[in-house]
Amino acid sequence: MNNQIKHAKGDRILLLTNNILLTIIVLAIVGPLLYVFLSSFLEPNAIIRKGLALSSSDWSLEGYKRLFTDDTIVRGFFNSLLYSTGFTIVTVLVCLFAGYTLSVDGLVGKKVFMIFFLFTMFFGGGLIPTYFVIRDLGMLNTIWAIILPGAVNVWFIILARTYFKAVPNELKEAARIDGASDLKIFFRIILPLSKPIIFVLALYAFIGQWNAYFDAMIYLDDRELHPLQLVLRSILIQNEVQPGMVADVEARNELMRISEMIRYSSIVIASLPLLIMYPFFQKYFEKGVMVGSLK
Amino acid sequence: MEELVKAEQTIPVGKPAATSKLSRNLTYIKKNYILYLLIAPAVILTIIFKYIPIYGATIAFKDFSPIRGIAGSEWVGFKHFISFLTSPNFIEILMNTIKLSSFELLIGFPIPIILALMLNQLRKSSVKKNVQLALYAPHFISVVVVSGMVFLFLSPVGPVNVILSTFLDKPISFMSDPDYFRSIYIWSGVWQGAGWASIVYVAALANVDPQLHEAATLDGASLLQRIWHIDLPTLKPVMAVLFILAAGGIMGIGFEKAYLMQTPMNSPSSEIIATYVYKRGLLAGDYSFATAVGLFNAVVNVILLGVVNQVVKKLNEGEGLV
Repeated sequence: MNNQIKHAKGDRILLLTNNILLTIIVLAIVGPLLYVFLSSFLEPNAIIRKGLALSSSDWSLEGYKRLFTDDTIVRGFFNSLLYSTGFTIVTVLVCLFAGYTLSVDGLVGKKVFMIFFLFTMFFGGGLIPTYFVIRDLGMLNTIWAIILPGAVNVWFIILARTYFKAVPNELKEAARIDGASDLKIFFRIILPLSKPIIFVLALYAFIGQWNAYFDAMIYLDDRELHPLQLVLRSILIQNEVQPGMVADVEARNELMRISEMIRYSSIVIASLPLLIMYPFFQKYFEKGVMVGSLK
Repeated sequence: MEELVKAEQTIPVGKPAATSKLSRNLTYIKKNYILYLLIAPAVILTIIFKYIPIYGATIAFKDFSPIRGIAGSEWVGFKHFISFLTSPNFIEILMNTIKLSSFELLIGFPIPIILALMLNQLRKSSVKKNVQLALYAPHFISVVVVSGMVFLFLSPVGPVNVILSTFLDKPISFMSDPDYFRSIYIWSGVWQGAGWASIVYVAALANVDPQLHEAATLDGASLLQRIWHIDLPTLKPVMAVLFILAAGGIMGIGFEKAYLMQTPMNSPSSEIIATYVYKRGLLAGDYSFATAVGLFNAVVNVILLGVVNQVVKKLNEGEGLV
């Protein structure tokens, strides 16, 4: 009993410290995001320099206006939409099908298939041989170079298999007795039951593709085909503000000031849609992580 | 199952003992061909985009000539490997790769665990949910945007230097100083990923029976003691699996962010094997050499995964990944 009282005080201090630390962590996470958002409507460093002395005249939409004087970012947006949608459809179908087959009890060759897929998670030919294959297939500068090479996601297959395994066998047996074929069972019984896993995989696939830039950088030379992330990369990392956005600006200082504003607003344009949407999907994302952590 | 696989692989067609098994398998496949049709797209895509490149990696042992193709190019054995291992930047690139990823592991691995233990102390579930929501947010931002934010914040005229200018005479060029690269890379990674990585641990902690904590409190255990003796052991199996995967990936450290954050000035610490392969191979056209470097990396990676798996197995009472 004594100990309990002695500890109670220490525990309270510990919990208080915990709350304070978590508050600091949340601020450290949200702060930079909020800073970028506010800065996209302000002169560079206005927040730091003026703080609370900001007046209404400091706010402007110039960054956004300039961002849209050039069609690069809009084109990138629609390219990304196309690539992500196409990729999501293909990868979800391919992985669901494979996952279903691997979930069937007594499948002949199951172990061979598993080794066949798992091996690719740990060893591969590397960047250049893969590039050669895609080049030789004539897929450079086509949407297929974005969609097909990454379509087989071993992780997705395992997730789907785990999910299908949980579907009661009696359901399949009953359908089989009624004379349904394997194909019919899959499309009429299994798939309708699998909406949650389809949704989880689709979200993962879409967001992964939306935020990726590497494959597009290697396989798409044509600027017209560039997805949003590559456009952002040239604006944010390579400091190449599209000439169309600043055609009328001559002075060097002015150019720097405006490019800075364009950068902040491009981050907001690119990130806001997902940041607004993810809270609604959060429980699905968590579910995906959970299913995946089952061994 | 094991026997089945062996049977398929080793027993030649026609031997009486095998025929029955083989024909039984064949009947199964014939009867359930739909299943094999469903898995076919995944198999075909994997062969084309994963296994054919492994064959293509043989150019690491050849002098690749675009005219003669992969098969026609001349064999040169380990020439490219030796030239990489003896090249003046070999040690630097190897050490950069190892340092960047092992520091990332040392800092990035425990933080999500600590975060989960901290979140677990929040009693009000509405508060906990909102805190988690905030912690997950950066995960949904692309690596290009995160790198872009880093460049904006840390540029010589950016907000960080404006604040520092009250203490310092001249701005710090964070992005062109090799000394800062690793810290920037790792801490921006923690900022982006730690919250998301804590999900698995938070879920594991939610499965702890509250009665355990109550009983321990009655027995006079302090909060820290309960975390140490109840919460941490719960997390151990998850930690083991995730650690093997993370440590096995040390040589496979991501290309995407390192390449974005690389500037000509910070390359003494930011040039890692993956970025080197890209530059030497696709940008400079030194195909065979770059493939050899990539292959060296892949092989080291596989060995590392095996070793770490064994070590963790020993430490974790026989429980490893494979």
